[in-house]
Amino acid sequence: MLLQQVVNGLTLGAVYTLVALGFSLVMGILGVLNLAIAELFMIGGYVGLTLVLADYPLPVAVLAAAGVAAVLGVVVEKVAYQPLRRAPPIAPLLSTLGCSVILQTVAVNIWGSDPLQLPPDLLDMRFDLGQASIGLAQVVIIAVAVLLVAILALLVQRSSVGQALRAIAENRDVARLLGVNAGRLTSAAFAISGALAGIAGVLIGLHYAAITPYVGVETGLKAIAVMVIGGTTSIWGVLLAGPLVGLVEVFSVVHGGAAFRDFAVYGLMILVLLLRPQGLLGGRAAGAQRV
Amino acid sequence: MSAYTAGLLAEIGIGGIAALGVYVILATGQLSLGNAAFMAIGAYAAGWLTVTHDVGLTAAVLAGALLSGIVGVLVGFPALRLRGIYLAMATLGFGEMTRSFFLFFEPLGGAAGFSGMRQLQVSTIWIWLGIVLGVLVLLARSRLWLTLRAVNDDEVAANLIGLHATALKVGAFGMGAAISGISGALFAHWHLFIEPGNFGFERSTELVMAVILGGSTVAAGPVLGAGLLVLLPETLRFVADWRLAAFGALLILVLLVRRQGLLDRNLLRALTFRRRGAEARPEAAEVS
Repeated sequence: MLLQQVVNGLTLGAVYTLVALGFSLVMGILGVLNLAIAELFMIGGYVGLTLVLADYPLPVAVLAAAGVAAVLGVVVEKVAYQPLRRAPPIAPLLSTLGCSVILQTVAVNIWGSDPLQLPPDLLDMRFDLGQASIGLAQVVIIAVAVLLVAILALLVQRSSVGQALRAIAENRDVARLLGVNAGRLTSAAFAISGALAGIAGVLIGLHYAAITPYVGVETGLKAIAVMVIGGTTSIWGVLLAGPLVGLVEVFSVVHGGAAFRDFAVYGLMILVLLLRPQGLLGGRAAGAQRV
Repeated sequence: MSAYTAGLLAEIGIGGIAALGVYVILATGQLSLGNAAFMAIGAYAAGWLTVTHDVGLTAAVLAGALLSGIVGVLVGFPALRLRGIYLAMATLGFGEMTRSFFLFFEPLGGAAGFSGMRQLQVSTIWIWLGIVLGVLVLLARSRLWLTLRAVNDDEVAANLIGLHATALKVGAFGMGAAISGISGALFAHWHLFIEPGNFGFERSTELVMAVILGGSTVAAGPVLGAGLLVLLPETLRFVADWRLAAFGALLILVLLVRRQGLLDRNLLRALTFRRRGAEARPEAAEVS
């Protein structure tokens, strides 16, 4: 039973980790909270599940979701971030909020407000782990998440794009003086974070075997809690915070009932904000000061 | 007055009061993405008082506002360590925590909701709106408001000239929470049935939209914004399904071209034919 909860918590945590990486990438590099990421997560889920229902193979569905969400991510950047990049950071936060409202309305109008459900026999194979079992869907979710984190780590740590992104995060002006094309890299950051959220949307669709237009608010926003708990000064804090929040959520459901889980997750986030604003893994104590 | 008109007027009044709560907090440069939680506290507290203790409506509304204001101050204190985006995230978390709390707090109905209130008149809602608006308009002429604006414009400078920025920010938070609490209490006695889902992130978002659209520098702005949020979809029936998308687009547009919102002091003056010399100085950027 305990092991089973751990498996379930880690699955959920894998999804949170991906969305939180999306939030954290934009936040860490540009100091902007892109609220639209929660809705790109939802749109990605719809694109992916629609394709899966149309009998396309899962990898195609995942790639399509990533593509659509990445393109929308860049649209959000052009419409809501670029014109306001010199404004106080609350202004782009509000304009991305406008984008999320639009995206949610679009989803309701295209797919309706009833959940889009996957057939129950899809990915229903289970592997026995002794006292627990793990579904094929859960294996896929965790495997995709681990793979994406590895790719992102390589991209950020080894590639020239990643080097430039880190340079901008360190000091935007100096990076530009040294010849980094800040505009293109900003678009890249929005696209990558959108793609991560879009894929995570497909994964949450597989996890619940359904998707609704409200999953962005219900689940996507919790990734903000994950980002805060992990610490916004480094994007890698979420690798610890994602699984942690997944486990907290699953265990709070077991011990406090379904209604208790959001209370536990957001409560943990507020505790961290108050007691350790730089996050569990944050190095500098400057977290709260980075406005 | 038809039931339909009454319904619209009630929504505008309730939304307007709640948006004024966000407005007061924003006046000190603090963005709250969780004011629906203060509505929830006011709604449940006032509803519980009138239903189980037979308290009069006015007393119940005041008690709801008081409780909500106290919680606002309690939230405002720790929130002082946080600024800008971090504060917005903390209020978002607080909002979701509160919604979740009422979801599992069975004595007040939990997920099944809470009912049993007696309905109030639309005029009552508008009297409360008038009182809140009146207080804020008076406040806007006071020295206290100048100091609040000073904290918004430059907190360090405000501290340096001897203003107590901490007290002002916490006070604004408590006052904004209390105002949203009034709105929640009225909401409970207009709809007669409340559930945690009434007070989620979407509601907080709508309140912020009302303030930014209507105008974040004059108290009439948020009320105008709340009115637009209720009336535009009614007059533009063909876009009813897209109503929120239209507001999302409007929100972005306003942020891009008129950051102080539709209504500002100059426009208000032009509309009310009050001209005081040529002090048509531009308002500073209000979203900070």
